[in-house]
Amino acid sequence: MSAVAESAVAPHLSAQAMTFQDILFALQRFWAAQGCVLQQPYDIEVGAGTMSPDTFLRVLGPKPARIAYAQPSRRPADGRYGENPNRLYKHTQFQVILKPPPANIQELYLQSLQAIGIRLADHDIKFEEDNWEWPVGGAWGVGWQVMMDGQEITQFTYFQQCGGLELDPISGEITYGLERLTQFLQDVDSIYEMVWAREPDTGKVTTYGEIRLPEEQQLSAYSFDYADVARLWDHLNGYEAECLALLNHFPAAMESESKVDTQRFPVLAAYELALKCSHLFNILDARGAISVTERVGVMARIRTLIVGVAKAYAAQGLRVSALEAEGEAQLG
Amino acid sequence: MADFLIEIGLEEVPARMLASAEAELAKRVVDLLTRERLLANEFGAESFSTPRRLAVLVRGVLAHQADAEEELLGPPVKAAYKDGVPTSAAEAFARKAGVSVAELRSVTNTKGEYLAATAKRAGRSVADVIAAELPKEIAGIYWAKNMYWRAGKPERFVRPVQWLLALLDGNVVPVEFGGIVSANVTYGHRVLNGNSPIVIAEPDTYAAALLLAKVMPQVQMRKQHIRKPLDRATRQAEGALWREDHELVDKVTHMTEWPSVILGSFENEFLKLPEEVLVTVMRDHQNYFAVEDADGRLAPYFLAVLNTEPDERATSIIRHGNERVLRARFNDARFFYDFDQRLMLNDRVELLEKVTFQKQLGSYAAKTDRVRAVAAKLGAAAGADLQVLDEAARLCKTDLTTELVKEFTELQGVVGGLYARAQGHGEGVAQAIYAHYQPVGMDDAVPSTREGLLLSIADKADTIAGMFGLGLQPTGSKDPFALRRAANGIVKMLAESDLAITLSAIATAASGDDAELCSGVRAFLAERLEWYLREVQGGAYDVVKAVMCATPDDVRDALARVRAVEAARHSADFAAIIAGFKRMKNLVDQARAKGEVFAPGTHLDLLTEPAECALAEESGRRAAWVEGHRKDSDYAGALATIAELRPFIDAFFEQTMVMVPEQQLRAARLGLLQRVLTDFSRIADFSVIVVTG
Repeated sequence: MSAVAESAVAPHLSAQAMTFQDILFALQRFWAAQGCVLQQPYDIEVGAGTMSPDTFLRVLGPKPARIAYAQPSRRPADGRYGENPNRLYKHTQFQVILKPPPANIQELYLQSLQAIGIRLADHDIKFEEDNWEWPVGGAWGVGWQVMMDGQEITQFTYFQQCGGLELDPISGEITYGLERLTQFLQDVDSIYEMVWAREPDTGKVTTYGEIRLPEEQQLSAYSFDYADVARLWDHLNGYEAECLALLNHFPAAMESESKVDTQRFPVLAAYELALKCSHLFNILDARGAISVTERVGVMARIRTLIVGVAKAYAAQGLRVSALEAEGEAQLG
Repeated sequence: MADFLIEIGLEEVPARMLASAEAELAKRVVDLLTRERLLANEFGAESFSTPRRLAVLVRGVLAHQADAEEELLGPPVKAAYKDGVPTSAAEAFARKAGVSVAELRSVTNTKGEYLAATAKRAGRSVADVIAAELPKEIAGIYWAKNMYWRAGKPERFVRPVQWLLALLDGNVVPVEFGGIVSANVTYGHRVLNGNSPIVIAEPDTYAAALLLAKVMPQVQMRKQHIRKPLDRATRQAEGALWREDHELVDKVTHMTEWPSVILGSFENEFLKLPEEVLVTVMRDHQNYFAVEDADGRLAPYFLAVLNTEPDERATSIIRHGNERVLRARFNDARFFYDFDQRLMLNDRVELLEKVTFQKQLGSYAAKTDRVRAVAAKLGAAAGADLQVLDEAARLCKTDLTTELVKEFTELQGVVGGLYARAQGHGEGVAQAIYAHYQPVGMDDAVPSTREGLLLSIADKADTIAGMFGLGLQPTGSKDPFALRRAANGIVKMLAESDLAITLSAIATAASGDDAELCSGVRAFLAERLEWYLREVQGGAYDVVKAVMCATPDDVRDALARVRAVEAARHSADFAAIIAGFKRMKNLVDQARAKGEVFAPGTHLDLLTEPAECALAEESGRRAAWVEGHRKDSDYAGALATIAELRPFIDAFFEQTMVMVPEQQLRAARLGLLQRVLTDFSRIADFSVIVVTG
């Protein structure tokens, strides 16, 4: 059998392909121009951009929202000590929430690809069915994984339910995997070889590996080898207790007639505590400290927290609106 | 007569749902027009679908419903005329019927004399009917998973509707669904044609207009435009053939609007990985076709079906991208494969202690022990190599601890089998492990070896018995542990092999000493047998029921009985026998309900009438013959022997009164009938078979 001629190196403009940070800039600029508020990454460990309150809580309730942000996302079990060219402990998602989704949302998405230098005619782009589900968050949606030349570059979801609550209006969520996208566009075999930044004057390049490799090595080592299991359980139990204490206090707090007191009840703090639990669970899981049997039980505990927060958040929003309306009625 | 075209423009519909949705829309439109008397006798319907559209074109549509006449009944005649002059009641009735008073008639019915009129109902136009009714039909289309998208959640559909095209010849028919109002506009391929609207002048030009816009709306045409390029692309590699895969051809057909094919290659070194792994990555994860050489061995190529028409530059970019993705995935697989070789299957047995099968049923180590025990019990009776079977049972779950199975869960069993072969456990053991999850569905093959079959049966039976023991039986549509599928698999394996194992033996082997559990499992297997006979083997509902009444325990035997009864049921004698058995059964059941006491075949000496004596004698004789046929599984012979009883049964009912006043004679006659029923219902309970004209 004669071999097919080796594919010539793709006539990408790989030398001039956008850097990791240029791609982030371009996406931010593109979505800002669509009326998105640009948020900064959330400062609590999360496994995905969806878990940031800017998605998870904002999609609840009736208030429209357009928001976009990069979100470093930690998945301890995916850590490979920086040795696997395609897997990371921490990767970066670029998350866009459009609530409600505009009718041309797919069109906008394709334009965003053009904004990062992708000539659509040069590629095979498919929207393949891929429904998203996060059972611990009581959340699911239907949508697609967007495939470009056989590579998944985006998860596209129409949120239907979140925190166990039906959504109306629903939200459109677009999640770009920034490393994969950049790796693909720069045509490099290893994530660590990706160009993160290029000095404009000298053309000097800083790679992804220079910026992130130590973190991958050390955080992998921590979650696989060093993490103290007993102490992590203590932390998890502590955060859980604190979160539950807030949630248990919530119904009484909502009986207050004071709008300020109602607004100040720290549901958002309870959410942060629940996220802490989720991350600790992920480390324990990577550490091999959670048996299959325990797993289901611990996940149920975290679900209680997260769904509890979502319900409280929605109820708080309604209560504040009701008190506002009452206040206005009295003024009138 | 006109042509009608409806196209629903959608965001990408999941490939798995397209074929049935296309057929359903076509059926709904044709049914609607038929129901509304809007189709000419010679109509034609053609349907279309791509990921972004569903459409149907109907030719021979009537512009208007025919006017209809309706008979109306009005007020009593005596209230309608006063002194021969029509009253206001008569006038009102005439107005309602749309006729003049002079056209009113009088009719007499049981209540007296009434006014009547023939009202003419003007037929509605097809456009009116479609505008009013079609949105409901669109909304009724079944989707395995659907979604809300508009605020207020007014409707659910598979994906948001982007446009509607509805044309009756050259005119737009107003149809509204999902907040979209129909127009005469469609859209072409997203990238190749862009966003510019395409005006469709009339339905007939639809397909041609889309072709110009780089969309092939006909599924068959796309399929050809995938198959031929697959052949052509494969020819670039000498002697190579693409691996036929109808499912994948269908899938990629439903994923594309304008398909093309590229041939890509991968490094030879990856061919050292098991073929199953390579094919799973290519086929299930990437939708690529595998390529083999002239000897059927996997070759280092793949075929990707694109949804675009790339120029030379784009072809090169796309091929390069796909090759890179595949290389990364193969690298991953190789990493896992190499990692797995550090620990032999033998050494993984103890790791199963840490893998939970089910909370209350314990670990996979415990499951392994149970499966070994069940397999040993079944294997002894079924003539298996017990050593091979036990070794396979001992190792069959160890691959759950491998990285390769954690990554490719669909390869459980397969990986274990491959590793067992590589680690010198012998071909018999390897094959049994390899196939022990089979059959996954009714279309899947059953394991090819005796030990593979027994291991698969033992594994599934243990799961069923374990879950039943915990009260986790399937209920209604809920079957979270897929126990029905497991039991269906057992039935299929028994039907398609020569294993001499009964359902009772399986239930007993899996249930230990628990008699109640055993009968529950036995009943569940019987229920799945009934389903299998009906749904997979196509047995008639009543025949299957009749056979099931005769408590079958042997799957192949039950199937043979269904076939025999189906072949015999249409003969005249047999129809009469069925009627006779029904009558006997009714008599016996009613008598018992009234408290009559009788036993099969007792006090036959009290019988005196010639017809009853003849029936007693003939049925006794034939019962022995039938039993002989039955033992030889000659059901056709048995049924023929039973059919020959017809004259005796007919004569009995013509000449004998069963429910006579004398209690003892009554009991003797009932006892005779009971004996006939019992003796001849061991193949099937004929009394439940429906006799059709």
